[in-house]
Amino acid sequence: MAVQTLIRFDAYADAPEKKYALYMMMLGFSALALGTFFGPLQAFNYGGLDLYPLLKPVFQNYYQGLSLHGVLNAIVFTQLFAQTIMIYLPARELGLRPNMKLAWASFWMALAGLLTAAVPLLLNEASVLYTFYAPLKANWAFYTGAAIFVLSSYISIYVALELWLRWRRANPGKITPLATFMAVTFWLMWFLASLGLVVEMLFLIPWSLGILPGVDPLLMRTLFWYTGHPIVYFWLLPAYTLAYVTLPRLAGGKLVSDPLARLVFVLFLLFSVPVGFHHQFADPGIAPYWKFIHTVLTMMVAVPSLITAFTIAASLEVAGRTNGGKGLLGWITSLPWHNPTVLAFLLGFLAFIPGGAGGIVNASFNLNQNVHNTVWIPGHFHLQVGTLVTMAAMGTAFWLIPHLTGKPLVARGLAVASQWLWFLGMFLMTFALHWMGFLYAIPRRAHIAGSPVAMEAFKESSAWMALNIVSGVILLVAAVLFFYVIFATALQNRREPEKVLGEVPFSEAISKPEGSSLARLTERVGFWFGLAVLLVVLAYGPVLYQMFTNMLPVPGVRLW
Amino acid sequence: MEHQEHVIERYERAWIFFGLAMIAVFIILIGYMMMTMGNTNPVGAGRIDPTKVRTEGEFANPRVEQIGNEYVAYVQAFSFGYLPNEMRFKVGRRVTFYITAPDVQHGFQVENTNINVQVIPGEIAKVSYTFSRPGEYRIICNEYCGIGHANMISKLIVEP
Ligand code: HEM
Ligand SMILES: [Cu+2]
Repeated sequence: MAVQTLIRFDAYADAPEKKYALYMMMLGFSALALGTFFGPLQAFNYGGLDLYPLLKPVFQNYYQGLSLHGVLNAIVFTQLFAQTIMIYLPARELGLRPNMKLAWASFWMALAGLLTAAVPLLLNEASVLYTFYAPLKANWAFYTGAAIFVLSSYISIYVALELWLRWRRANPGKITPLATFMAVTFWLMWFLASLGLVVEMLFLIPWSLGILPGVDPLLMRTLFWYTGHPIVYFWLLPAYTLAYVTLPRLAGGKLVSDPLARLVFVLFLLFSVPVGFHHQFADPGIAPYWKFIHTVLTMMVAVPSLITAFTIAASLEVAGRTNGGKGLLGWITSLPWHNPTVLAFLLGFLAFIPGGAGGIVNASFNLNQNVHNTVWIPGHFHLQVGTLVTMAAMGTAFWLIPHLTGKPLVARGLAVASQWLWFLGMFLMTFALHWMGFLYAIPRRAHIAGSPVAMEAFKESSAWMALNIVSGVILLVAAVLFFYVIFATALQNRREPEKVLGEVPFSEAISKPEGSSLARLTERVGFWFGLAVLLVVLAYGPVLYQMFTNMLPVPGVRLW
Repeated sequence: MEHQEHVIERYERAWIFFGLAMIAVFIILIGYMMMTMGNTNPVGAGRIDPTKVRTEGEFANPRVEQIGNEYVAYVQAFSFGYLPNEMRFKVGRRVTFYITAPDVQHGFQVENTNINVQVIPGEIAKVSYTFSRPGEYRIICNEYCGIGHANMISKLIVEP
């Protein structure tokens, strides 16, 4: 007893990168906890139930909550999760330690940026939503904090690339291990993708400080969407990485094809960025043929997702059959559904299928005109970022927190329940939102429950509205269970290293990269990156050049 | 295992081929629809200084004009409403809307049609549409424009 209390046990002495990964991830989940809190309130809003008067002492209005929801969930949580996974996995896979000084620098920088942006958000000084479209103008601290936060990912880019190059020097001629390859292409894609946001901040920060009298709203919007679409892949690829690298093993099988997985990431590197105009189909000021070019390229980004659907399904089938599943569909029931991680991925992918189909509708110009900025849109992306991406993160937390801390998972049953409820809630909510948008043109981002005019106008959709309330309640319960499980796990005192996964569950591949000409080809990362840059220059260059040389600055206003 | 690998690869190729073919079909369809659907996709019709929208030029006098058999409407979308606040058209005639905003971004969606415009200060958006059924159509702002955004609903009337 006495000895135990005297010697302070440092669980991370021999693996400081575990501590880094834990802190990054828990910061991300803390952001998600606050951001998600507003989700059910928004679902209630689209059910005609207005709970915002009750929040008044703390949160002033719907749009403040919605700004927090979008920023914390879609920008903060997702980036922090990427900074966890896409550093930790390659470090483990290569058996190398990342540059810890820089890794911690990225953590502190992200935290500093987050806190800086949080102040105006919490004071209702930045209720401009996560798209912060000019000329709505937030407090300068919001843009500055956001910029610091995003720039912290540039340190992560450096850390990941340095790790990889160090390995390459020690292993000349060898093919990069899969998770590392994914991390490298992922970070390069993000570097290219984030430039839009970074340049936009160069305008917005001086503007919010009063140094610039005005900014061009269309240019700001275009820069935002330059980053705003690929950011979707920035959210998605850590989930894909985990699905390729860990899911087959966790489900009891193998990854069917390693080279194909590499092809997927190269395609994402190439086609993620030059597609932003598909968010601007309804915008004047961008010629239709440019919109068409981006539509074609947008369709191209569906290819790697189609391949992923195939590879993951086939790998799961291998797992199910290895576990003894027979017949056409028997392998499905033989998957370990009781394992909360596997469950989270399975349900997440299930939701992703209608999500992808809906995405093709959105990307098609003409169909898009019926749903642009209606609640169809949040309906659509909650099937993807709100379901697959978030569930992959939640599911991964169930083994990763124990693995990092040596503390076993608390309340496994509740973990399983949280995933079923999350899936069910999201399914109902997105179903209702899709139809409300499509049939009744109900606008997104609208505090309709607080507006008698809107409630009167949309009263025909009351049946769908009721569904939103039900889904909001289910999602609230799901979120409470999930956050209880992970925080109770991370904050307990019990450490039982023998009860947790000692190693990252890297999957073995059936079709290996060695000897594959495809895998060799994908190794030329520099070349692919150059090609990606070229595509962006071609798809954006002329339009951006014209916008930059014809700016029409507009002063900012605050209307909330 | 060796055998299994080859079976999977065959399916794999078939699947990728199927995916690419679907995408090609989609692209052709979209291109075709784009060329044939007329002018309901918003296009830019010039730029305007938003601080002067209320005082100078066509938009200072928001109105519907009948020109021969067609209509032209100059519409201001502002926080939180539209001007003119009521528009009337005869059924079956082509209407061309010019829309801009003096303050922040707005939406201009006409329910039960495929008119759906992102209204951006500084840009003049142009869309054309022919209403084929008489009745009242709601105009809905679908871009966040400030605290009263949800109230920004107006209507237009198509007369028989
Ligand atoms: C309890 C779970 C959740 C519920 C009930 C929920 C509900 C909603 C609803 C109803 C909207 C539409 C609000 C509006 O347009 O006015 C919305 C918007 C949004 N949600 Fe969620 N959500 C949840 C979780 C998430 C998660 C996990 C993410 C991402 C990781 C996310 C990301 C977003 C984003 C980016 C928006 C758009 C914000 C905007 O338009 O500015 N949500 N959410
Ligand atoms: Cu508006």
